Order: sequence, then structure tokens, then C-alpha cells
Amino acid sequence: MSRYTSATPADREQMLAAIGVDSVEELFEQVPEPLRLGRELALPAGMSEAEVYERLAELAARNADAEEQVCFLGAGMYDHYVPAIVDAITQRSEFLTPYTPYQPEISQGGLQAMFEFQTAMSELTALPVSNAGLYEGPSSVASAAYLAIAASKGRRRFVVSRGVHPHSRETLATYSVGYGAEVEEVGLEDGLTDAAALAAAVDGETAAVFLQSPNFLGAVEDVEALGAAAKEHGALLVVAVDPMTLGVLKPPGEQGADIALGEGQPLGNRLDFGGPSFGFFCGTEELMRKMPGRIAGETDDADGRRGFVLALQTREQHIRREKATHNICTAQALNALAATIHLAWLGREGFRELGELLLRRTAYARERLAATPGVELLHEAPVAREIALRLEAPVDRVLERCAERGIAAGYPLGREYPEHEDGLLVAITERRTRTQIDDLAEALGAAIAACGDLPVHTTGKSPQGVH
Amino acid sequence: MTKLAEASYPDDLLYHDQHDWARLEGDEHAVFGITWYAQDSLGEVVFYDPPEPGATIDKDSSYAEVESVKAVSDVIAPMSGEIVEVNEALADAPEKINEDPYGEGWLVKVKLSAPKETDALLGADEYRKLLDA
Repeated sequence: MSRYTSATPADREQMLAAIGVDSVEELFEQVPEPLRLGRELALPAGMSEAEVYERLAELAARNADAEEQVCFLGAGMYDHYVPAIVDAITQRSEFLTPYTPYQPEISQGGLQAMFEFQTAMSELTALPVSNAGLYEGPSSVASAAYLAIAASKGRRRFVVSRGVHPHSRETLATYSVGYGAEVEEVGLEDGLTDAAALAAAVDGETAAVFLQSPNFLGAVEDVEALGAAAKEHGALLVVAVDPMTLGVLKPPGEQGADIALGEGQPLGNRLDFGGPSFGFFCGTEELMRKMPGRIAGETDDADGRRGFVLALQTREQHIRREKATHNICTAQALNALAATIHLAWLGREGFRELGELLLRRTAYARERLAATPGVELLHEAPVAREIALRLEAPVDRVLERCAERGIAAGYPLGREYPEHEDGLLVAITERRTRTQIDDLAEALGAAIAACGDLPVHTTGKSPQGVH
Repeated sequence: MTKLAEASYPDDLLYHDQHDWARLEGDEHAVFGITWYAQDSLGEVVFYDPPEPGATIDKDSSYAEVESVKAVSDVIAPMSGEIVEVNEALADAPEKINEDPYGEGWLVKVKLSAPKETDALLGADEYRKLLDA
């Protein structure tokens, strides 16, 4: 089947003749004169394919990317190596082109892939039920909130740590307006969720407590201990996790989480433009019928052969309508497939080894960076793959200078955490070599020294006013 | 394949036009469930979400949900009252609603708050007429 078709003037003549009409204009005769534009659309002249290519290449060249700059940017999405086998499978048109391919008669491959994805996430989080994916991390958090309202039979209060990703907290706040729910934030102390404040904030009206580990500042939280407050008041414990750390950190399901979810991008998906990616969502058996999203199930066909279908569809909008657990119709199935291939390629051993590599490299980076003049650790809590630093120079100026040297040094914490205006979040992946880390340390040191006596607490504008 | 009940509408029950039945027990209590027609329309029942004992239910309002593979149905209360007992056996064997809708597939036992509400209910013949219409 041709991938691209167009109509020639001769084709148009033929079509017009077939329907007995003299011109295309005749088809619009019913549109009243005052509503017509009366002129051609103000579009630039068409370009040839080669000209379009040149134009797009020119626009694209204005962006720096992770191939061009050494990327220490993290803050929720990470520059991991995506093996070629991922594209080799996801670019197959059977996977790439269909929209909502859920009919078991013709989508066994896709449904099987979803089932395997669910199995993998379930094993990694140590929670028995997983859906086939949601849109991304932050909206998955908001979906968990909706589930918590139903599961608690109407409680409408959420308690969320400031360690949870700012985008997730913002999304939760946005959705909570629609839910008629109240959100209370609990602050961080030395990089970790303030346990006493959390315990004080949770009460009998709380539907769910939201934590993230590692949190936004890179610190690994004691989820089990913090979660006790939720258990005490019958609130759900929802934990957002970085899936790449699940090979080495204790899974949320073993720490008392009722729901484990998060941003799936680190598995099998490149940074791209900050998406598309997928969210994963796993829960306990008790919550199974309240789960959002598509769920693939395993069954036998009429001849007794193993097959896959969508399961528990009575949760979904095409059956339960306004009482559905979610309105998602598509899933980010292609991105979830990429994750599944990546995990299969790594294997259990490989996944754990990769996690250990991240721990070792991060430990090295932490030591190296903390030893750099003008750089201090923002907190001493244990980390897995991301380090929060404090710089003795304006962060944005330092970032500019590092960018000139071809290094995207990290994420400026001051953007989301005003109390850490001097903060920089540095992410480590297996692509960040020892040499690159040494270069980063050197670049940071040089940049900070070059800023001289500039006060740290500026608006981030350089003297030329360039931000 | 679950053994389905024969199409039947016992004469000793009272019926609501939303396909629910009531069996009076004494002056103040009744047992409710869904009729043969309702379970047949739903198909194989896979889940019953019961109300809590002690909950108040109102005539003509939904008090529970019955879920089959392809549909979810509100269960309508034929009469008003307070739930005194819920059929726990359905948690593990929801298919009893298909197999024995008037016996082992009973849904709730209720202490009636307005026993006169029976005046608004249908007898077996009237209910059968409604189905044939």
C-alpha cells in the first residue's frame, strides 16, 4: 500500500465528472457570501521537498541537543543510551501506525507486548497489578489522586511532599480543582521529606499521601517510615519512582506503597522534545477495579490456545461512561513498547548491573564535584543518580559558561525551589563517562571562578541583560 | 460455561419495573435481588459491589452495582430501608446471580422503613406482561 498519495488535476477532473459537478467552487455554493473569505489563504508559496529539508535543517540547527552537548540535565527525564533494537522494533509499521489497536482478532502482537510491559513493571515495582501505561509521570500522579477519592469513598484531601516533581505537584493541583479536593504540601529538611511535618499533616480526611523516591533533589527517601502516617489514617500511599533505579533500590511494593507510578521515559525512550513518553501505574489487588488506563489480560481462545485481550473493560469510559476510572482511550503504547524492548535487551542481570553502574558513577561524581572550589553538596542524603549542589556564583551565569564549553551542566533548582536559588541538579546516566564528569567539575570550577565577586543572589541576568 | 437458570418469575415475589425483585420476610424485612431477565441481559456476572450493612437505601434509587464482562448495571431498590445483611458469598462466586437469581443469588436483606411501598410493586404476571411488551 502506498504511503503517500496525491491528486493530480486530471484526478480532480475525473472526480468532479463522477459526481456531476463542474468545479470545486460549486461544492461550496451553499456557504453564504458574508461567511466566505473572498481571497486565497495568506500562505507563503510552496517549497520543493529539497527546499523544505534545507529550511527544517536550518531551524533544527538552532537547538543544542544531547548529542552535541554533554547532558547532565535530569529533573525527571534522563539521557540514557537507547539501543538500536528498540527502533528496529518500534519503527515497524505494525506497531508504529495503528491507533488504539485493541481488537484481539488483529492485535495479538500489540496486546502481548502490553501484557509483557505490565508484567515487567509489576515485577519491578513489586505490586501485582499494572496498567498498559498512561500519558506521562505527572498526569499519572493526578490519576492516582482520582483513584484515592474513589477508594476512600469520598475523602478529598491530599498530602504531597515537596520532594515530588514540581510538574507532578502542579498537575495534581490543577486536577484537584476539578475533583473539589484540597492539596497540602509538606516541605523538605536537608533534602528529605520532613517526617514530623508529614505525620502532622495527615488526618482522617486524607485520601492519599504522595511521595517520590529518589525525590526531585535526588535523595532516596525512607518510604516505609514516611508511609506509616498514611497507614495510620487509612490513606493510600502513592509513590512516584524513577524506573531506572528499580534494579538497585527497594521496590515501592515492598515499602508499603499502595500505588507505584512515575515517568517511564528513562526506559527505552530518548529525551526527544521532552516527550512523547509514558507513565506507568501499578497497584495492589484491592485497587484493581479502580485502576485507570488500559489493562491487557491473558486468556485462552475458543481452541484453547493462549491469547491476549483487554481486561476489566468495565472500568473504562466506553462501558462505565461518566463513572469510569479514567477517560484515556489511547495509551502511550509505542513508548511503553520501547521500554519493554529496552528491559528485555538488558535482562534482569543487565538491569541490575546498570543500576549499580549508576550508583558508582553518581558516587564518583558527587565526590569529584563536592571537591571543586565554589561547589558544595546541597544535602548529604543518600542518592542514586542525581546530585543536588550549591554554587558560590549565579547559577545561570555558570550554566552559560559551561554551555560555551559544550556542557549542559544541570538544572537550576531556583526555578522551582526559591529557597535553593544557588542550587544545581546534576544527573548521571551510563552515558556520562568519568572523563565527562571530570570535565564538568573543571568547567564548574572555572565558571565559578570567572564570576569572581558577583553576588550569587541575582536575578540570573548577565550584565548584558541576556538571560 | 455456567449453568444458567431457566427463565422464571416466581409467583411469591414482588417485582420492580427496573428488573429487581423483593421477597417479604415477616412484616418488617425483605430480601432483594435482580430478576432472571436482568441477569440474562447482563451476561456472565463477574463482580458484585455491595453496599455496607447499616446503609440506608431508597426506593427507586441505585444501591449497588453488578458487573458482567461487557456491562455495569445499577441495582435499583424496590423498597426503602436499612441494609441488615449482604450476600458475602457473591464475592467469591458472583456467577450465582446467573445460576440462581432468586435463591443463592440474593443481594441484600433489608429492614423496611415503609412496608406500604409494596403497593407500587408488580406481581409476577404483571412483570411478565411488562417483559412481553
